Amino acid sequence: MSPRLLLLAFFVVAGAWAGEIPLEQRRSGYDLMSRETQKIQDDDATNPGMLWVLDGEALWSARAGTANRSCADCHGDAKASMKGVAARYPALDATRGKLLNLEQRINACRVDRQKASPLPYESKELLALEAYVARQSRGLPIAPKIDAKTKPFLEAGKEAFHRRQGQLNLSCAQCHDDHWGKKLAGSVIPQAHPTGYPIYRLEWQNLGSLERRLRNCVFGIRAQVPDLGSEELVDLELYLMWRARGMRLETPGVRP
Amino acid sequence: MTSRREFLVLAAAASALPATAKAQIDPNLVANRKAAFQAALKNIVGDAKVTPGRVKLTLPPLIDNGNSVPLSVSVESPMTQADHVKAIHVLTEKNPLPDVVSFALGPRAGRAGFSTRVRLADTQTVTAIAQMSDGSFWSDHAEVVVTLSACLEDGLI
Amino acid sequence: MARAVVTVPPRAKRGEIVEIKTLAQHSMETGFRRTQNGELIPRDIIRTFTCSYNGVEVCRVELHPAIAANPLIAFTTVATESGALTFRWDGDNGYTVTEIAPIKVE
Repeated sequence: MSPRLLLLAFFVVAGAWAGEIPLEQRRSGYDLMSRETQKIQDDDATNPGMLWVLDGEALWSARAGTANRSCADCHGDAKASMKGVAARYPALDATRGKLLNLEQRINACRVDRQKASPLPYESKELLALEAYVARQSRGLPIAPKIDAKTKPFLEAGKEAFHRRQGQLNLSCAQCHDDHWGKKLAGSVIPQAHPTGYPIYRLEWQNLGSLERRLRNCVFGIRAQVPDLGSEELVDLELYLMWRARGMRLETPGVRP
Repeated sequence: MTSRREFLVLAAAASALPATAKAQIDPNLVANRKAAFQAALKNIVGDAKVTPGRVKLTLPPLIDNGNSVPLSVSVESPMTQADHVKAIHVLTEKNPLPDVVSFALGPRAGRAGFSTRVRLADTQTVTAIAQMSDGSFWSDHAEVVVTLSACLEDGLI
Repeated sequence: MARAVVTVPPRAKRGEIVEIKTLAQHSMETGFRRTQNGELIPRDIIRTFTCSYNGVEVCRVELHPAIAANPLIAFTTVATESGALTFRWDGDNGYTVTEIAPIKVE
């Protein structure tokens, strides 16, 4: 084989190899942070995310809607009933036949059971409830349920993750599978695992959902930003959770 | 996502705003901020001399995000009625305002020191001043490198 | 729902240094940010924080816009007698929060 052909063959094969991160090489964004920022997350007394967890705890027992019911009225003590829940979301809602993320699940309960209006995406109340529920899964392995019913959503999310898009014609995979650990404009590229959502992001100076973070990324590569709660984003959330399967949930995470 | 038409309308509206409303960069930014720092320092110490020492200002040398930087100050002091720290002040040279925080210690204060999280607008030197019960002033400073996030986002998304 | 969290050890030995950590939920709007239309978002910050131990001041803090959002203020006091620690945050637009934490000294 001529040297040129050999070189071409090498790149074709190397391109085919560049794929998912081997399971044992996966690292949470926590590991990339400075020791000082890690300490902010580690201590409940200094973690700003805990402010929302406490708000969520209060909302959990607050009666709402025309049904005048609180989450506690059906679900009792969240420490018991919500343990493991956030670790397996997004999940399929059998009645709706739709994949729902945790925010959508909380709103579905509000509408169906409490007969209350849904809380707006990224609102303080919805984030507080989400943070409180997800906090009950802290330390547990991420484990979304993948079966015949959820596989199509997973495939759609996987396709979105690998699709080149926007003015910069970049796919998520190119940065987060192929070039994680390298630097981009002074910051280290993380592997992008949703290990701490909803996170207190220093850049936002606020708590925010995974969807907010995904929209920031898509904006950054100059592509059309999907709406909050859109199917495209929820499918992508499922793929990311599956990609992070087995990794521990750190909610409420702190990230730069 | 604003359409082209929306963008043009917004641009026209923005140019119709009075000059004070528009974001304009001060051409003497560095000099003015340095002067503001000196004024703030004088406001605290007056004409008294500030001696480097006895104060320990701790900041991470390289920080993840300038929006929230852990900062702590501790001062060597017996903390007795006769000899104690009255207040600790933190100042910056490159933030829009020089004052960061002033921590006044009351009769029930424990160790002379505190921790908080601050905003730093740029790579710069941060200064901590301790005001003692005998009227003397002591200081420490720390240099911090501030890096920006990779993908610049509209903070309002 | 203005929230603040204080972390104080519930009991301490007489003469012991006690670590206190406080967190207040507040955006600490600097007054330097602008909307997409270029208008300044007005300053809205916590201005002062005080802590008293059985009515005697532990510290009085003056906060400026350079304090990060959701401010953490951590400091110490000396455990002398049982009682209560009172924490108070005051800020722009009538913001005021008070938290009380008991302390048992043995």
